Amino acid sequence: MKGGGAGSVLACALAAGLLRPTRAHAAEWNKAAFESKSLAEALKNIGAAGAAESADIHIKAPEIAENGAVIPIEVTCRTPGAESIALLAEKNPFPLMAQAELAGGAEGYLNTRFKMGQTSAVKVVVKAGGKHYIASREIKVTIGGCGG
Amino acid sequence: MAEPMKIRAKMVDGSAHVFVLMMHPMETGQRKDPRSGQVFPAHFIQSVTATLNDKPVLNMQCGPAISKNPVVGFRVKDAKPGDRLVVAWEDNKGDKARAEATIA
Repeated sequence: MKGGGAGSVLACALAAGLLRPTRAHAAEWNKAAFESKSLAEALKNIGAAGAAESADIHIKAPEIAENGAVIPIEVTCRTPGAESIALLAEKNPFPLMAQAELAGGAEGYLNTRFKMGQTSAVKVVVKAGGKHYIASREIKVTIGGCGG
Repeated sequence: MAEPMKIRAKMVDGSAHVFVLMMHPMETGQRKDPRSGQVFPAHFIQSVTATLNDKPVLNMQCGPAISKNPVVGFRVKDAKPGDRLVVAWEDNKGDKARAEATIA
């Protein structure tokens, strides 16, 4: 009986939008980093402030993206032992776009499509051997993909 | 509920090349309805995880800057044909999806 009562209270709270399921796994999602509004702040929040420039991170992306809503970016890290790859667009409202942890034989490679509001530098941060490395690539955006 | 994911996974030069397509609006929370002027609330995938033979290989956190109907490509070395790949995502509203594939 007690359990049922608690359940219905929860159901009411959910229906009223008081309890957002978002909160349940917010601890895992790096909210601070994803809601950072500047590149420096986002880099700090992923623990990558002061990352060293690296020529071993290869960023394959269009030089000019006609549609900012769909920009394919492919990252290949030539140094072995990549533990994570993060992508940031400096001029997006929230620069951090994605961060992938790699494990169990996953290679230093990631291929995804992103949205960018305007022409901007895209930064890729790779963590390997406990250190952060960064590479940059300018992508020109003709029509932004954030608002509308 | 969420539409099914599409997974392509095959061996190329000793690595499993995996390509996942997820069906999701990936609403940024910044777009306005031109008629009402109201902002479409943010609705986007926050995490994508993948396991190969039950061992984690990818744990990706996403912001709303991932394009609509996201694709994620990754590579796993030392995989074999027949290995079982499971991919799952969860969005900011708690919706989830999960799909399985076998490495070809």
